[in-house]
Amino acid sequence: MPKKVLIAEDDHNILVSLEFLMRHDGYDVRIATRGDEVLLCVRDFLPDLVILDVMLPGRNGFELCRDIRANAEWIDTKIIILSARGRKAEVQRGLDSGADAYVTKPFATSELREQVRQLIEYGRH
Amino acid sequence: MLQTTVVVLASFAYLGLLFVVAFYAGKRAESGRSIIANPYIYSLSLAVYCTTWTFYGSVGRAASTGIGFLPIYLGPTLMVALWWFVMRKIIRISKVNRITSIADFIAARYGKSQLLGGLVTVIAVIGVVPYIALQLKAVSSSFTLIVHYPSVVADTASAVPVLGDTTLVIAMVLAAFTIFFGARQLDVTERHEGMVAAIAFESLVKLLAFIAVGLFVTYGLYDGFSDLFNRARQSPELSTLITIGSDMSYGTWTSLTFLSMLSIMLLPRQFQIAVVENVNEAHLRKATWLFPLYLLAINVFVLPIAVGGMIHFPDGKVDADTFVLTLPMAHQQQALALFVFIGGLSAATGMVIVEAIALSTMVCNDLVMPLLLRIKRLRLAAHSDLSFWLLSIRRAAIVFIMLLGYAYFRLAGEAYALVSIGLISFAAVAQFAPSLLGGIFWKEGTRAGAITGLLAGFLIWAYTLLLPSFAKSGWLAIGFVENGLWDVALLKPQQLFGLRGLDEISHCMFWSMLFNIGLYIGISLLGRQSAAEHSQATLFVDVFKTTADAPGSRFWRGSASLPELFSLARRFLGPLRAERAFANYARKRGLKSHQELKADAALVSHVEILLAGAIGSASARVVVSSVVKEEPLDLQEVMSIIEEGSQAIAYGRTLEQKSRELETATANLTTANERLMELDRLKDDFISTVTHELRTPLTSIRAFSEILRDNPALDSAERSRFLSIVVKESERLTRLINQVLDAAKIESGNVEWNSTKVDLVELIEEAILATAQMFKEKNVRVMAALPIFVPPVTADRDRLMQVLLNLLSNASKFCRPECGEVEIIVNVKQHRICVGVRDNGIGISVEDQEVIFEKFRQVGDTLTDKPQGTGLGLSICRQIINHFGGKLWVVSAPGQGASFFFSLPMITNAHAPSAVTGD
Repeated sequence: MPKKVLIAEDDHNILVSLEFLMRHDGYDVRIATRGDEVLLCVRDFLPDLVILDVMLPGRNGFELCRDIRANAEWIDTKIIILSARGRKAEVQRGLDSGADAYVTKPFATSELREQVRQLIEYGRH
Repeated sequence: MLQTTVVVLASFAYLGLLFVVAFYAGKRAESGRSIIANPYIYSLSLAVYCTTWTFYGSVGRAASTGIGFLPIYLGPTLMVALWWFVMRKIIRISKVNRITSIADFIAARYGKSQLLGGLVTVIAVIGVVPYIALQLKAVSSSFTLIVHYPSVVADTASAVPVLGDTTLVIAMVLAAFTIFFGARQLDVTERHEGMVAAIAFESLVKLLAFIAVGLFVTYGLYDGFSDLFNRARQSPELSTLITIGSDMSYGTWTSLTFLSMLSIMLLPRQFQIAVVENVNEAHLRKATWLFPLYLLAINVFVLPIAVGGMIHFPDGKVDADTFVLTLPMAHQQQALALFVFIGGLSAATGMVIVEAIALSTMVCNDLVMPLLLRIKRLRLAAHSDLSFWLLSIRRAAIVFIMLLGYAYFRLAGEAYALVSIGLISFAAVAQFAPSLLGGIFWKEGTRAGAITGLLAGFLIWAYTLLLPSFAKSGWLAIGFVENGLWDVALLKPQQLFGLRGLDEISHCMFWSMLFNIGLYIGISLLGRQSAAEHSQATLFVDVFKTTADAPGSRFWRGSASLPELFSLARRFLGPLRAERAFANYARKRGLKSHQELKADAALVSHVEILLAGAIGSASARVVVSSVVKEEPLDLQEVMSIIEEGSQAIAYGRTLEQKSRELETATANLTTANERLMELDRLKDDFISTVTHELRTPLTSIRAFSEILRDNPALDSAERSRFLSIVVKESERLTRLINQVLDAAKIESGNVEWNSTKVDLVELIEEAILATAQMFKEKNVRVMAALPIFVPPVTADRDRLMQVLLNLLSNASKFCRPECGEVEIIVNVKQHRICVGVRDNGIGISVEDQEVIFEKFRQVGDTLTDKPQGTGLGLSICRQIINHFGGKLWVVSAPGQGASFFFSLPMITNAHAPSAVTGD
């Protein structure tokens, strides 16, 4: 059974690229384009990993990250925050809200794929 | 009769003893264990007041006027009672300002006036010379008497050639002795501990000698006081002597008492001993009763000796002034006679030494040095060590003063009794009283007032007392005394302006004091003080208030250098003393060495005071100002400082003002800083926003580029789809960069505006055409109600198009998603054309309606609602419209959509038909 990845991203083109990459690596992919859809998708889909954009319409990524972490059922769900803002304080804020990784845009596709793979395969142990 | 050699040897032995005492006291002082630092020595040294005048003259005076000798001692007794109020103040002022003499004191009080210092010195020298002559006369006649008795021949001085004259020898011996005491060391200080000890010792000797002869006469020759006075009462001639008010009028009593009250402070030697040599002002307390006690003791036997003498020498052949000597001699008491002679010598030497030292200090500091400094300042300044010079001047002055005394003795000595000569001097120094006492209690006294008063008093004194004394001795034609100058009766020296019935002393005192005090007060009130005078006056009168402060001139500004000040001090004080003084000063300031000192106002004034100790305040001021570049304070400035009560207030004011200025500056800075921080924050936000906007298309571009690279096997449809995304995102990136640059260009004013006549209707139609595709994609209906013709406006066509496109683009973004509607309106109103773009979106709250026009400001939570632009669009639009004299604004309410309007002035000479609007 393939691992499940939820992609939450509002920029259409970035979303297309992420979807392509994840499917290409064999994950089961679900997408969300609004912040307020994300928690419903997590409950529904129970992804192994969430790629979470920070600036989502409806709710921002940091809040969503905290909400996911606050739910004990989703303790094993990995979260990668994807953001165009890469300052130290923002990275820290992301990690503080419970994310497992913080990736700044623009990202190198190979690195992102590796990060996803590592978290899904080894992060669970 | 005593052997001359015995007398001479005894005299020199005594002088030698004095010297030993002085030397011992000097040594003790150097080792820091002063023997004179106690009130008893101080009180005894004050008794330098009692000279041969007292020792020999009191008996003489008593023999002619009974208790008429007493006022001379009553005056000081009265005055001493006031010393705690008067003398303590003088002492404090002198300590603070390092006053060296009475001339220095008066000069310093009136703005350190050299002229005044010189005048006081001249008056003091001329006035006191008769007094010194008196001592010479007494010593010489007592010497003659003791070696020639009983052949009491009239050994008139004028009969002897000058070179062989004993009096001259005595004068020179005394001069040498004075130099030994007062001007021996190179250490030119204002104080002479050894001398004070010697004077105190002398006071003791003369007192004991006088009491010895008194006891001898009262109890040896007669049976005590009652026996003597009983005998006197039996003789009609003598009975008048022991009756009060017999021969002297109350007027004379009063004027003599008054005169001696002043003299006890104003005689140069009294000032020297009481003020300059004073160690501790607390000594005044004991002196207040000890000194009168001394006067009482030395006067107890005056009347008995006088009565005894007159009984023993009834024929009047023997001068009553010599009774203290002749009575023991007549009874073969040679040892007692020698002791009495030594006592008289004591009284004379004490007076002469102190007087000569005091006068020589004045002559040097207030007369010669100022003149030398003025005439040959450059040459003097070139000397590396002037302390030897100073000493030489003082020595010369001592010799000169003694010679003057001798000259007066030769000229006028024989015409007067001892007491009368002394009184001439008293009257002279009494002239200092108005300017000195006025100077310490009355701030308004001016230099001009002091000079005029002193001069007038001195001239009257000279005319009514000094010149007549010469005339009576035959050295001047007696005619002007008897008939008045130029035979004008009103100008008779001793009946001036027809004033009769007074003795010559009272007469002189009346006129001189009247003019002296009158002119001093009158001229002071009429004139104005200079800044320096005012400063000194305050310093003197308020000495007890200000002594806590740094002494010297507080109102000073200027610049000086430390090496210059130091070398100045070396020159006048000698290297060793200068070094020590500077080191002490530095230590007091808590510095390790004087090299660390700053040449500030305090140091300059300290150096001035140091030098004042050596050369007097007036000269010190001149010397110091030669190395100090002084910026004179203008009068107004100083006056305002003084009138406001103290410098502290003025400083406080300045400080307040400065702190107010500082506060304002701080507030301005804070505002500016806040503004900068706001700008900085905006810039940060801008960069962050722009970065985000740049990163978003970049992310897609990079991601798809890598996908295309890593997946060569992609099918061509997907491949071309990905490629077209890359192209589109690149375009988006370019647009963004252009807009940022555009905003920056407009902001910095580097835009070229191509102003032309623009037809707005035509422009709007073009804009609608350009955006038709965009609206169609978003399924937004566009409505335009355009008039057929509107007057043209002046604008840059492309820029105006940019505004229209921006507004239309915004409208398309924010209008209702499903049934979006955008309407374009054109109005002509009072020479202005108004264009509106209305959408039916969510609207903008009133608070946000201005915010949206600010740069980089976008409404809403930027984390939640992703901005759809850079936040530059509306800001750029408003700047464009403003540039052409128009306005851009918004009308909106939440939920009611938003209408953006801009208006531009139309070209006025163009034909402007009324606005036509419609659907």
